[in-house]
Amino acid sequence: MTLIFLEILSYRFFQHALAAAVLTSVLCGIVGTYIVSRRMVFISGGITHTSFGGIGIGYYLGMPPMIGAAVFSVLSALGIEYFSRKGDIRNDSMIAIFWALGMALGILFIFLTPGYAPNLMSYLFGNILTISLVELLALACLTVIIAAAFKLFYRPILYVAFDEEFARTRLIPVQLIKYLMISMIALTIVFSIRVAGIILIISLLTIPQTTANLLTRRFDRIALFSILIGLAGNIGGLILSYYLNIPSGATIILCLVMLFLAVRTIRSWKLLQT
Amino acid sequence: MTKLVELEKITAGYGNQVVLTEVSLTIHERDFLGVIGPNGGGKTTLLRVIIGLLKPLSGSVRYFAEGKDRYNFIGYLPQLMHFDPKFPITAMEVVLSGIMAGNRLIRRVTGKEKMQALQLLEQMGVFHLRDKAIGELSGGERQRLFLCRSIISNPRLLILDEPDTFVDNRFEHDLYAILRELNERMAVIMVSHDIGTISANVKTIACVNRNLHYHRSNIITEQQLAAYDCPIQLITHGNVPHTVLQQHEP
Ligand SMILES: Nc1ncnc2c1ncn2[C@@H]1O[C@H](COP(=O)(O)OP(=O)(O)OP(=O)(O)O)[C@@H](O)[C@H]1O
Ligand SMILES: [Mg+2]
Repeated sequence: MTLIFLEILSYRFFQHALAAAVLTSVLCGIVGTYIVSRRMVFISGGITHTSFGGIGIGYYLGMPPMIGAAVFSVLSALGIEYFSRKGDIRNDSMIAIFWALGMALGILFIFLTPGYAPNLMSYLFGNILTISLVELLALACLTVIIAAAFKLFYRPILYVAFDEEFARTRLIPVQLIKYLMISMIALTIVFSIRVAGIILIISLLTIPQTTANLLTRRFDRIALFSILIGLAGNIGGLILSYYLNIPSGATIILCLVMLFLAVRTIRSWKLLQT
Repeated sequence: MTKLVELEKITAGYGNQVVLTEVSLTIHERDFLGVIGPNGGGKTTLLRVIIGLLKPLSGSVRYFAEGKDRYNFIGYLPQLMHFDPKFPITAMEVVLSGIMAGNRLIRRVTGKEKMQALQLLEQMGVFHLRDKAIGELSGGERQRLFLCRSIISNPRLLILDEPDTFVDNRFEHDLYAILRELNERMAVIMVSHDIGTISANVKTIACVNRNLHYHRSNIITEQQLAAYDCPIQLITHGNVPHTVLQQHEP
């Protein structure tokens, strides 16, 4: 067993996959804590699905689809934030419009692209084993930038998230911080598509946090525990999927849900004891 | 006396509903202004204009503070808290959020500031709750916590929108003592519906009901209120003639 494990570790593609698993745990652990605390899960779902439009446009224009997705998602994220501020349309209805429009554009542009049809399944459900070195480096850069931003601006981020109006009275640039945060969410989502795919990605941003929230009610600790839980789920799922020869994204999510159920059960059992 | 804020001919409202018309008001250092008026009269709207949270439709707001001073100018206790009770933040963090300001986004909280936060929590009687999550506190406990948050920065102008809601009688009594002490070094504007208490503690009164009438004393009569178009009932304590509010020792 250990021997086989050491053997797969020597494969370059597996090393890449493992590194991606570690990086996304850190990235999604931090950003997901912000998303869950601010109840932005639905917005994040919307941004995720609009990124599909970017992938389609990227294919159509012959540029790397991930770049198309990044540009398109950040723009839609800023758009969602902007329109939700104006407040003449219900927030969730507007997100649904972006959501559907993104998917529709994605399908249309991929249909219009001449030549071969790309493997949509890997975008929809993720395939961590196919991550390229460039994608891995980009993921590493984003992780470092976002972790540093959270470390440096932890308090303003936390306080604006908690009570925007009070932050305004302290002359904190609330709107700028909100635009930056939603852009970070968009980039995090796009860079994690390889791992879990458009459909499953929201789970990396919510299941570890919900599990962590069972154990603590402090923002910084939720982020830390989420990273650890994400690491366990991502690495466990990756190895399991390799041995059982089943899709990696889905296996990772099953591992995360199992962890959640385990923590919940242990916690309620402990609460019963006392 | 040194001016702090000057409102000139402020007209303010929401959408096309005008709430305040041509209101002028100047706040000086060491003022203690009680703001009274009926529900929906525009008291909260006035405070939001003073703070800069609501842009007036016309008129000007001037702050007499420059540079670093401007960032630590106002401490605010809102009437309605619209925060998520499930938000993962502790009581202590909420108090510390009061010293954050636009010009010190990355500076760390010093040990001295932490001590100060703990002292305030102690003074407001919520020290034992410091590590609790905000959602686990009662209404009055939250109110005390937000009071700590509004004064920890030692602002030059403290603005309190109905600080006496949610809290019990004993704390209300303590609160006014604390406010009088704070008034030694900062101006205070306080909205309250408890006119008896207001007049006992403040130096001047403003009646807000679409217009603003400034009353240069802390004693006010029914007739004056009527003249100010401020339809509120005076609750007189004891057998004071019903025309005049009781006059307390300061
Ligand atoms: N965000 C808002 N949007 C639209 N109208 C508003 C808004 N806030 C207040 N109003 C309206 O403005 C008017 C004044 O409201 P304001 O909150 O200033 O009253 P108030 O004097 O503080 O009342 P209360 O004693 O109930 O606190 C009310 O008629 C209210 O309906
Ligand atoms: Mg009000």
